[in-house]
Amino acid sequence: MHMPPPKAALLAQKPAIVAALRRALGDDCVIDDARETHAYECDALAAYRCAPMAVVLPRSTQAVSDALKICQSFGVPVVPRGAGTSLAGGALPSADSVVLGVARLTEVLEISTTDRIIRVQTGRTNLSVTGAVEPLGFFYAPDPSSQLACAIAGNIAMNSGGAHCLKYGVTTQNLLGVTMVLMDGTIVTLGGGHLDAPGLDLLGLICGSEGQLGVVTEATLRILHKPEGARPVLIGFDEPKVAGQCVANIIRAGILPVAIEYMDRTVIRATEDFAGAGYPDVAALLIVEVEGSDAEIDAQLARIAAIATALNPAEIRQSKSAAESANIWKGRKAAFGAMGQINDYMCLDGTIPISELPDMLEKIESLSAEYGLAVGNVFHAGDGNMHPLILFNANQQGELEKAEALGADVLRACVAAGGCLTGEHGVGVEKRELMLTQFTEAELTLQLHIKDVFDPGWLLNPGKVFPLALTESRRA
Amino acid sequence: MSVESLAAQIRSATGPLNITGGGTRAIGPDTGTPISTESLTGITHYDPAALTIIARAGTPLAEVEAALAENNQILPFEPILPGAALGRSGASTIGGVVAANASGARRIAAGACRDAALGLSFIDGLGQIHRAGGRVMKNVTGYDTTRLLCGSHGTLGLITEVALKLLPAPQTTLTLRAEGLEDGAAIAALTAALATPYDVSAAQHGAGVTLLRLEGFAASVQARAAALQKLLPQFALAEHDWQAARALPRLAPAQGETLWRISTRPSFGAATGAALRAAGASRIAYDWAGGLVWAIAPDTADLRAALPHEGHATRMNRHARAFHPEPAANAALAAALRQKFDPKSLFNPARMA
Repeated sequence: MHMPPPKAALLAQKPAIVAALRRALGDDCVIDDARETHAYECDALAAYRCAPMAVVLPRSTQAVSDALKICQSFGVPVVPRGAGTSLAGGALPSADSVVLGVARLTEVLEISTTDRIIRVQTGRTNLSVTGAVEPLGFFYAPDPSSQLACAIAGNIAMNSGGAHCLKYGVTTQNLLGVTMVLMDGTIVTLGGGHLDAPGLDLLGLICGSEGQLGVVTEATLRILHKPEGARPVLIGFDEPKVAGQCVANIIRAGILPVAIEYMDRTVIRATEDFAGAGYPDVAALLIVEVEGSDAEIDAQLARIAAIATALNPAEIRQSKSAAESANIWKGRKAAFGAMGQINDYMCLDGTIPISELPDMLEKIESLSAEYGLAVGNVFHAGDGNMHPLILFNANQQGELEKAEALGADVLRACVAAGGCLTGEHGVGVEKRELMLTQFTEAELTLQLHIKDVFDPGWLLNPGKVFPLALTESRRA
Repeated sequence: MSVESLAAQIRSATGPLNITGGGTRAIGPDTGTPISTESLTGITHYDPAALTIIARAGTPLAEVEAALAENNQILPFEPILPGAALGRSGASTIGGVVAANASGARRIAAGACRDAALGLSFIDGLGQIHRAGGRVMKNVTGYDTTRLLCGSHGTLGLITEVALKLLPAPQTTLTLRAEGLEDGAAIAALTAALATPYDVSAAQHGAGVTLLRLEGFAASVQARAAALQKLLPQFALAEHDWQAARALPRLAPAQGETLWRISTRPSFGAATGAALRAAGASRIAYDWAGGLVWAIAPDTADLRAALPHEGHATRMNRHARAFHPEPAANAALAAALRQKFDPKSLFNPARMA
């Protein structure tokens, strides 16, 4: 994986660019000291790092507009940044770029439980959006696992998902409006507090556009009343295929759990060592969570248990209390941390039709053997969003490249099974060069045309999402 | 006619084309030679265990819903069926539903058509065939052109096939009904019902009747209905034909009248209704707890100018300016996108203008 080389002409203009930004935004909103820009050199895809020329942290939509106008006038690329938790390198800078961070835009602008909306500035973290409406009994549904740290701006840029999408959808289903600044400084409002916007669905297009079409500074989000309660059941199977069948049977029975999570033996053992949740040592473990009143939960869990029992599970553990629920979730929530303890890992994000789960698990196992790298599986089974974790040793020459090659093969298999390269993390720089396995060149060209409309100079987060060779002439 | 021959027809077109499905829900003026999806029929993939269906665009909506019913599944967004009310004779197609982003009462609980659209195939204005999205529930690979096409009313491309997310059909449906509430009080009750954990799946008010719907497993629905009645004692269990309601039975405009669709915030609903009445609307009905206002008014009345709050108004007819004008920056982006998808301006160029 490589990034386009920085342009010497831009680097030479750094003093003029920084001076113009300081004049417009104030000294305290511009960072250009190399010791400080260092903090912005990467996101959560930490294998790739490059400090930007400067960082701007505007305090208003107008200041974002001013900063973008200045950058456009110098022809300097801008890398929008939320909280820097992207797993795909979405916020990876280039040496000749200005990082535009929304970290100082954190206000709650409006809450209406009557209209079931909250309007926020987009530097606010995902969890603190729920925090703002929790006293009223409400919550914001999308819950990416980085929700403590990740910003709404990044959620919108990547159309983030989470564990509860089967019932509540991902970001795009929960986003009603945005204020957005185009690269030329134009401030655009899309949608609002009502449930649909007039004209073409530009809001739908913006969500998931990886910061390449505009910088979103404000968002109107749908909030929902919290369910009365939620409890999971843990089900262990001796065969992954049977666990896959169990997921299909639950859905065929007309039950819509809020979450169905899957973990394999590799991940179970790692999390047991780490968190000690008391999981059974099985080939495949499902955590199925349902919501409602106590009586509703009991009735649904009983139905799920009956479906699972027919498949002869190694273990069924139905939560009867908040403490038991917390214990069942404890291992799953610690899974990524636990895997990080035993090894370096690369987290994939391919998504497949859920009926393909059993075959895909076998395919991953055989690829893992072929490459000689262990793979752990922990994912959202309810929506087919797989997160195979490829274990490797970053200190050993060539292992990162080997892990990347294995990852690419797994993602190709996901596409071949009727799925896609990325379900919730985004393409970023990580999966850029694989795009032609999912799209034809004509299809990608149409997407390039879309960017041409919003950012004709290709200055907003260039060098991402699309194979570099396809965008070279535009970035020139 | 195959997808390939439709693409060839588009490639060789020298003037505007009017993309049509069943002709039951098109709004805005037609221009150009009709090009129909009627030959593109059939369900091409149905995976009940994955809650996913794929159908060719010209497949009748009724055929799709019948296939789903056999497996106790539904389209989450409950598309309205405005054909009869609008005096149209055709049969609604699934492609037309997606092109119009047609959503009904359950939109407040299960999302709009655009939220259920997982992917689609379409032919652009140069006759090139594209796939957007896919058939999985989570997909952030590249720009979301699925949503862009959904609700584009035949102005960006000819949709040839759509993939949709499904839901299990509810085992039981219960309706709570109140009578004689003023608009303001009715909407207050509906929004209060939605601000609970009871999963209300429809909230409507019109002609003095206020309705709430609960769906799910029998015991659960009964318990939730009882809890809601405790909160809103003016409501009582009643029978209601929700299927018939999809056809907007009381909203057929007479000769010289126009049906308007206004999208606003629920909290602005009653004030919007009052302003529309003052501007000449004779009948008003509310869906989405007041967030969707239907109004019938004389053709000459400009309800759009009367909107007191944020929102937008669509004329549900074939006249010019059916769609609400957009701010200049938004309109410029939309026009530039259309130019990219349809460089020769073939597809219904006057429709959304």
